[in-house]
Amino acid sequence: MTRKQRRLTLIGLSGAVLAVAAGLALYGLTDRITFFSTPSEIAAKAVAPGARVRLGGLVKDGSVVKAEGGNVRFVVTDGSASVDVAYQGILPDLFREGQGVVAEGVIAPDRSLVADTILAKHDERYMPKEVVEALKKQGVWQESTAPK
Amino acid sequence: MIAELGHFALVLALVLALVQSSLPLWGALRNDQRLIGVAPPAALVQFLLVGLSFAALVQAHVVSDFSLTNVVENSHSAKPLLYKITGVWGNHEGSMLLWVLILALFGALVAAFGRNLPDRLKALVLAVQAWIAAAFLLFILFTSNPFLRLDPAPIEGNDLNPVLQDIGLAIHPPLLYLGYVGCSISFAFAVAALIDGRIDAAWARWVRPWTLMAWLFLTLGIAMGSYWAYYTLGWGGFWFWDPVENASLMPWLAATALLHSAVVMEKRDALKIWTVLLAILAFSLSLIGTFLVRSGVLTSVHAFASDPTRGVFILVILCLFIGGALTLFAFRAGTLAPGGIFAPISREGALVLNNLFLTAAAATVIVGTLYPLALEALTGERISVGPPFFNLTFGPLVVPLLVVVPFGPLLAWKRGDIRAAAERLFAALAAAILVAVAAAVIMGGQNLLAVFGVGLGAWLIVGALAELAFRIRLFAAPLGDSLRRLVGLPRSALGTTIAHLGVGMTVLGIVAATAWAGEQILTMRPGETAQIASYSVTLDGFGADDAAGQAVSKLPVTRPGPNYRETVAHFTVRHGGTVAAVMEPAKRDFAARATTTSESALATFWPSQLYISLGDIAADGATTVRIYWKPLVTLIWLGAVVMALGGLFSLSDRRLRVGAPRPARAAVTVPAE
Repeated sequence: MTRKQRRLTLIGLSGAVLAVAAGLALYGLTDRITFFSTPSEIAAKAVAPGARVRLGGLVKDGSVVKAEGGNVRFVVTDGSASVDVAYQGILPDLFREGQGVVAEGVIAPDRSLVADTILAKHDERYMPKEVVEALKKQGVWQESTAPK
Repeated sequence: MIAELGHFALVLALVLALVQSSLPLWGALRNDQRLIGVAPPAALVQFLLVGLSFAALVQAHVVSDFSLTNVVENSHSAKPLLYKITGVWGNHEGSMLLWVLILALFGALVAAFGRNLPDRLKALVLAVQAWIAAAFLLFILFTSNPFLRLDPAPIEGNDLNPVLQDIGLAIHPPLLYLGYVGCSISFAFAVAALIDGRIDAAWARWVRPWTLMAWLFLTLGIAMGSYWAYYTLGWGGFWFWDPVENASLMPWLAATALLHSAVVMEKRDALKIWTVLLAILAFSLSLIGTFLVRSGVLTSVHAFASDPTRGVFILVILCLFIGGALTLFAFRAGTLAPGGIFAPISREGALVLNNLFLTAAAATVIVGTLYPLALEALTGERISVGPPFFNLTFGPLVVPLLVVVPFGPLLAWKRGDIRAAAERLFAALAAAILVAVAAAVIMGGQNLLAVFGVGLGAWLIVGALAELAFRIRLFAAPLGDSLRRLVGLPRSALGTTIAHLGVGMTVLGIVAATAWAGEQILTMRPGETAQIASYSVTLDGFGADDAAGQAVSKLPVTRPGPNYRETVAHFTVRHGGTVAAVMEPAKRDFAARATTTSESALATFWPSQLYISLGDIAADGATTVRIYWKPLVTLIWLGAVVMALGGLFSLSDRRLRVGAPRPARAAVTVPAE
C-alpha cells in the first residue's frame, strides 16, 4: 500500500465511524427524547396516548391513595389543570402532598399518566427547576415560600 | 482569626499564581535562566499556601465555627466528626477550594519530581498550570469565598444535606477531582509544546505517567460515584445517564483515548498532532464537567447553589482556556512535524481504531448532554435526554471497540498479522461462545442481546489472558521458563493485560445486573417471607434500642443516631433453609433539615448482591419493601478497580517513572557474565 492509500483508508474509516455516530445521534434526538410538560400543557396539547412525557407540578392535597404492593395513585396539578398519575414502586423520601414533583412515564388512553420514575426534592431547600418554572408560568409561585 | 489566615493565604496564593504564570513564560521565551528558575519554587509555595487555606477551612468545620457562613449552611454541631471533615467539600465553596488544592498539588508534584524535564519545558508547563490556578482562585475569592463571616453568629448550623452524609462522599469527590484536575497536567504539557513548537517521543514519555495517574483516579472516582448512587438512592441502578455522570464520563473517554494515542507517539513518533489535540480536549471536557456540575445549569444533588454570577464566571474561564488552547493549536499544529507511517493492520492501526471509537462515543455523550441545555436556551422547550438515547448511540459505538480490544496487543507495530493474532485468540473465542451458550441455557434462551453481552465480557477476559499466555509462552515452554518470562515482562505490558481484563469484568457485570436482575415490590408485615432468586427473605420486625442490637419489636420503633432518629427493619435471608445473611435497611429522620433518608441494605453473595430498601412503614408494621436480586453486580466496580490496578502497574514501569532518566540510546551496556 502506498502512503496515499493508507491515508485514504484511515480517512475513509474515520468518516464512516463519524457518519454512523452522527446518524445515531440525530435519530436518537428525534425519537428517543422526552418532553417536559405541565398539566395545563397536556390538557391543551391533547398529547396522544402512548407518548412519553415528564410531568411537573405539585402533588394535589389529599389526592394520594396508597394500596398494597407499592401501588400509588395521586394527582399532579399546576393550579389550572391536573393529571392523574399511577405509579408502582417506592416513592422518594421527600414525596409529600402539596409539594413539587416530577413524574416521568407514558400517557394512558384515559389521559392519566402511568409513571415509571418519580423525582422529588433532594432536601427541604431544593425543588426541581422544572417545577419552579411550571409554577411560575401558572402564577402560583410564591417567593415567600420559595426554597432558597 | 484562623479563618482570616486562611483567607489571606488564598489571596497570597493568587498573587503568587500571577507571578508564576508570567515570569517563567517570559523567561522561556527570552531564554532567561533566572526567570525560568522561578517556576518550581513558586509551584511548591503555591501548594503550601492553598494547603494552609484548606486546613483553615477544615479547622472551622471541625470546631463548628458558626461565625462562618459556609459552616452555618453546611454543618451542625451534632454531626459526626468524619462528616464534619467531609462536609468541607460537600458544598460549593469548599469543593472549589479542594479543586484548586489538587491543582496546586499536581503543580508541586511536577516541580518536585519532574527533575528529568528540560527546564524550559518545565517552566512553561508550570506557567500554564498557574494560569488555571489564577483563574480559579479569582473565581473562589470573588464569587465563592468560603471564609465569609456572619454577624451575629447563629448558635446552630443548618446541617449537611443528609444524602451527602455518607462514607462514599468522603472518597468520591477527592478521587474524581484528582482525575479531573490531573488532566490539567496533560493540558499544560500540550500547551507548552505548542508554545515551544517542538514535540517528540520524549514528550509523550513525560506526559504519559501524568495522564495515567489522572485516568486512574478518574476511573476510581467514577466507579465510587456509581456505587454511591447504587446504594444511597435506593432504586438499585448503577448508572443513570444523568448529565452529572456524563460530565465525568466525557473526560474519562478522552483520557482513555489519550492514554492509547500517547503510546503510539512514544513508540512510533506518530499521531503527534492528534495526541496534542486529545490532551487539550480531555481537560476541556473536565472544565465543561466542572461547569455543568457547579454552575447550577443542571439541578442535581451536585448543584449546591444556583447563583448565576458563578455560572457566568466559570463559563468565561471555560471559553478562555478552551478557546485559547484551540486557537493556539490551530496556529501552531502545522509546525509540528508528522511522524512515522504504518499499515492499517498494525498495533498503531488498532490504537487509531480505539481512538476513533472512543472519541465518537464521547461525541455522542457530549451531544446528548448539551443538546437539552442548548435547546432550552434557544427555544425554551424543555426535554430530557435519558437512557433510551444513550443506549441507542453509545452502545453501537462501544461494542465494536470492545470486540477488537483483544486483537490490539497481539498485533506487531508498523505491520501486523491479523491471521496470526486470530489464531492466538482461538481459545478466547471458544471460551466466549461456550460462556454465551451456557448463559443462554441457564436463562432459558431469553434476551439474546444479553447473551451476546455475556459472551463479549468473556471474550475480553479470556482474550486478555490469552495475550498474556502467548507473551510468556505458557504451555509452549516449561512452566519455570514461563514464570521467568512473566517476571521479566515489562510492567506496562502487564498493565495493559490487567486493565483489559478489568474492562471485561465491568462489561460482564453491567450486562448480567441489567438483564437478569430480579425485582419485587411488596407490602410485608413482620413474620412474612418473600422469595427472590433462590433466597427467601423474612421481615422479622424492627430493631429496638438495645446495646447488642438484638431486640426485635413487631411494631415500628425508632432509635437515636448521632444527629437523626432511625427506624430499622430487621430481615433474615435464608438459602436452602440455612441463614445466609441478616439485612437491616433503615429510614432516618434528620431533625435539623426536616428530612428523611432511606438507608438500603446490601448482602453480598460474591459476586452477586441482594438489595433491600424501605418505603412507607405503617403504624401496624406493614412496610413497603423493594427487594432486588443483582447478579454479578459487584463485577461492575471490581472491574473498574482492576482497570485502575492495571494503570498502577503501568505507572510503576521503570521507563515511565516520573523521575526516569532519559533512555540511553548510544550507550548499550552489556551485562557482565
